[in-house]
Amino acid sequence: MIKGIFLAIVLLGATVMLVVIGTIWPVSTAIAYAGGERLMRSSATPEEAARSLGDDLRMREWGRAYGSLANRAQFTRQQFMQDVMGYYPNIRTYSTLQSFEVAPLHATSDEAVVQLKLHWSTVVGIATTTRDLPLVKNGSEWQVNWPIEKRPDLPPQVIPVNYLRWDVIYRGAGDDWGVQDVEAPHVRIVDMHPVQRAEGLVILGELLNEDVVPAYVNVKATLLGKNQNSFATEGSFDKISHILLPKQVTPFLITFPGIDISQVSSVRMTPLSSLIAASADPVIDIDNQHLSPAPDASLSGQLINESGETVNVAHVLGTFYDKSGQVLWVADQYVDRALLPQTPVAFNIHIPEDLARKVSSERAVVASYKFGGEL
Amino acid sequence: MKRPWALPLFAVLLAFEPVGRAQESALQIPSSVKAGSAFAIGIPGRGGKGSLYLIGLGQVIRRNVQLGASAEFAAGTVSSAGHYFVVLEAGSSQEQGSLEVAPADQPANLSFLARPSRLPVKLQNAITGAVYVFDAYHNLITTPRPVSFELSNPSGKEEQRTVNTRDGAAWVALDSGPHQGVDKFVAQTGGVSTSRVVEQVPGDPCGLKMTAKQVGRDVELATDPVRDCSGNAVTDGTIVTFTESYGNAQSTVDVPIKHGIAKVDLPDHPGATISVASGVVPGNQIHWEK
Repeated sequence: MIKGIFLAIVLLGATVMLVVIGTIWPVSTAIAYAGGERLMRSSATPEEAARSLGDDLRMREWGRAYGSLANRAQFTRQQFMQDVMGYYPNIRTYSTLQSFEVAPLHATSDEAVVQLKLHWSTVVGIATTTRDLPLVKNGSEWQVNWPIEKRPDLPPQVIPVNYLRWDVIYRGAGDDWGVQDVEAPHVRIVDMHPVQRAEGLVILGELLNEDVVPAYVNVKATLLGKNQNSFATEGSFDKISHILLPKQVTPFLITFPGIDISQVSSVRMTPLSSLIAASADPVIDIDNQHLSPAPDASLSGQLINESGETVNVAHVLGTFYDKSGQVLWVADQYVDRALLPQTPVAFNIHIPEDLARKVSSERAVVASYKFGGEL
Repeated sequence: MKRPWALPLFAVLLAFEPVGRAQESALQIPSSVKAGSAFAIGIPGRGGKGSLYLIGLGQVIRRNVQLGASAEFAAGTVSSAGHYFVVLEAGSSQEQGSLEVAPADQPANLSFLARPSRLPVKLQNAITGAVYVFDAYHNLITTPRPVSFELSNPSGKEEQRTVNTRDGAAWVALDSGPHQGVDKFVAQTGGVSTSRVVEQVPGDPCGLKMTAKQVGRDVELATDPVRDCSGNAVTDGTIVTFTESYGNAQSTVDVPIKHGIAKVDLPDHPGATISVASGVVPGNQIHWEK
């Protein structure tokens, strides 16, 4: 009986001790599981101040994040939120901040600059944004001077849009056998070849809508082995511009992870197309496209929405060609800002280092999506 | 009371019965009837009742019949063409036969498969039409008969072909014409016709040409009216790509054709090379100097 009471007291004491240890020195995993809140907040160094701000952003503690800023008098909390998440619905509207990185860039005794890299978890994968945060020392604590990007102001104007729009009426379910239906758009693969990469086999190419109607397209590739049996099938997923207007060309990229080209005897390509209601609007100008050489090779430029409507999500696909004009690589980027009319938005597409040296020319296309309403 | 003559009489009757049966045992079935037409089947035997069955792939009919009479089938009763088993059941005996029901001679309906519904102009054998000829009861008429195919545009007749059906089907391949428009594709036989619409659309742009002029701080690029090699105006909405290369940078924009031309403003970069293309068809190139 006495032994039992003693054991209970020991267990209780050990539990209390572990709770105290966990509270004072929490491990990072536990912080994440607990909602990411740091119990021991510190702004004693520029990095710690930036990290505290990152934690607040991750937990969507907008009030606390805004309250920690040195220059908060220059903008409202609402403006701060919109600056982080976007003024208009965009790809980040339904995303969460998965993680962030802090890197010191410059520091003096009372001023510092820290780079804050935010990794957003979006419906199309991780989107990373980088902000260089100036910090000032206020007493014993460092505070972030948030570099707010002011909401772009559009001058009141009327933009006439009278581009073509296509609607489709399909045959009815009760129609007789043999009754004509509307023809699916005719599409054609104009270039295709496989490339071996470290991650697996990649099929690259370009697809043309050679019809006079818009098409919803996809490309499927099936790998055939030495015995002509198919052993893997993959689609282009989002590495393609799915809506093609007449005579429009899109690149596509299909990845077969873990497959070596030596296993493949031939590739069966299946371009898929179906009629879709579409509009020729918006027209998006891809301006100042610039190829930056290795290291950190990239294609950068600006998107300018020539339409009068806001484009919520812009997906830029870059096709890179070698000297002979053959497709060398296809890369893409989702722009994490809505495209307002006539307002340039920058993009930057990373190119693999080993391929960048062989790139001779490039072509960029934009796929755009709209889901109206202002945040 | 004994009747000594009864037994011999019964034996004599019994001996004569098979002969009587042999004379009337076969069902009197017409060699062939047309689907939907009236006909009769002669029922063997004398007196008594039985059941007559017509068993086909698409239809089974049962009739109560009087032995020795005829079973009448009114017009429209047997409508599905094909091979039928005819079975007469009377008590424990059974008679069998077969009946061929052929499709009616007069077509009533054409299933017309015309492909494609939309195609570029000036393609050879690109428009195909296949016709299946059916009677009023949806039976495929397999006897050969001429079917006329006619492809006409709004300006008048363009192409006509007559083809005999084989096993109930006739087909044809026709060229698309040089002019865009909505053509009427008609198949006709025995006074029955069915029409489909074939839209002939312009082909790839031909001789794509643009001009450039200074407008404010931009260069305004505009194509000449975009036409295919047959002179048809390329459809509005077709994408034309303008590319301006300057230094080691470039600007591109995909512009849909509107009112026959594609037009866009690009930033003014003196010394830039500006090119135009639509799909895989390149156009001219301009070296832009202010």
